[in-house]
Amino acid sequence: MGFHWKWDFTWEILPRLLEATLNTLIAAGAGYAIAIVLGLVLALAQRTPYRALTFVVREFVEFIRSTPLILQIFFVFYVGPQFGVRMSPWTSGMIAIGLHYSAYLSEVYRGGLNSVGKGQWEACTALNMSTRQAYTRIIIPQAVPPALAGMGNYLVGIFKDTPMLSVIGVAELMHTANAIGSESYRFLEPYTLVGVIFLAISLPAAGFIRVFETYVRRKLGLK
Amino acid sequence: MEDMSQYPLELTGDDIPMVRFMNVTKRYGKLTVLDRLNLDVATGEMVTVIGPSGSGKTTVLRMLMTLETINEGVIYVDGKPLTHMEKNGALVPASPKHLRMMRSQIGMCFQHFNLFPHMTALENCMEGPVQVLGMSKQEARKRSEDLLDLVGMIEKKDQHPSRLSGGQQQRVAIARALAMRPKVMLFDEVTSALDPEVIGEVTNVIRDLVNKHNLTMLMVTHQMGFAKDISDRICFFFDGSIEEQGAPDALFGNPQRERTQQFLSAVKEAG
Repeated sequence: MGFHWKWDFTWEILPRLLEATLNTLIAAGAGYAIAIVLGLVLALAQRTPYRALTFVVREFVEFIRSTPLILQIFFVFYVGPQFGVRMSPWTSGMIAIGLHYSAYLSEVYRGGLNSVGKGQWEACTALNMSTRQAYTRIIIPQAVPPALAGMGNYLVGIFKDTPMLSVIGVAELMHTANAIGSESYRFLEPYTLVGVIFLAISLPAAGFIRVFETYVRRKLGLK
Repeated sequence: MEDMSQYPLELTGDDIPMVRFMNVTKRYGKLTVLDRLNLDVATGEMVTVIGPSGSGKTTVLRMLMTLETINEGVIYVDGKPLTHMEKNGALVPASPKHLRMMRSQIGMCFQHFNLFPHMTALENCMEGPVQVLGMSKQEARKRSEDLLDLVGMIEKKDQHPSRLSGGQQQRVAIARALAMRPKVMLFDEVTSALDPEVIGEVTNVIRDLVNKHNLTMLMVTHQMGFAKDISDRICFFFDGSIEEQGAPDALFGNPQRERTQQFLSAVKEAG
């Protein structure tokens, strides 16, 4: 076996892979949307005065972070039905990956929220704001900029982890490359293309996140 | 447990003080920061609290702003209990709702300003009136601009705090607190974090307030000259209680207690 790169084959499979790329982006986007919202809930739940709630959420986050994503994907998809929860690969995949990354994002938020000084809370109290007003108007807007870098890392992270969804049959990029491989017995071109596509999206995304971070800081009038 | 029946449900009579501390004790663990403090501040009175660090003077303001809970005693504001509320004819610790109702009468300025860095000077001032008082934006803008004008910061109203000097930030913070129309204003070492050359711009604003407005004020400061000029009364705190209090001329000119004398001469030497 030598290195036989076939360009005609490459061009032939490219449209199929690009189509699958759209699914990958949708999976990453939907999973990230879930993670962003749920992560905030997990972070805020650890800051309430209710000790029991804080403890349970803390342990939950640790549990999710300490077990492999692929296990969680299998668990939701294969174990769920035994409890009568039957979901499509897409739904299972989004729940699993969203949940997984929400645990990581909650830690990023936690760092951001903790970076807002005690004095800001005291000013909120002195202005007689409710806890809700303090969070939404004062604390969270200041917690976002320091959290953006971490949030961006996990956006790229979730994007790169979407191939794991191929194991339960989500027709994303990796799944399609595997299918092409088993149909044609050629793996070099599809896998190489997958790598190139991931690179072509991840690299600019990381740069974009840095620009966005600067933009948000400036927009909020922060240094 | 403390016997709460010794405290009235509310203050009655002709001469209700704006603020009354009644047997107020504050502890951090085993350390007693304030020991059975009794202090009245009359309506419109300007009281300045002085004393060495660790004497509990800042705690007095922080308890009144409900930033600290108290261990014993009751604080009354305008005759009504602040730290407690009435339930079935007895005083019980205040609920968050009661605190929110009572807190609206009190405003505070901090040593480190604590302006909201993501908002302009004007937005800082409008935030409370719009969000908390439910005022319309136009109305809040008008009120805030008037106050920024009062503190000499109207020109900088669209600047974020990071673009303002310490003195300017503190003046905005004063306007922000006043925008809530409190009955009692608390100034907690508002000049301590400032460069010497800008202290005057802040003390002048406070001086103005004292002269032109009938606000009740409690202030903690290290600016003895300033305190002497504008206060109706000075309280010297030592070791968690009031060692000596009186009119500024008397306390600074002829202190009775040895600790007061020592403190004042130490301050004078430090210049």
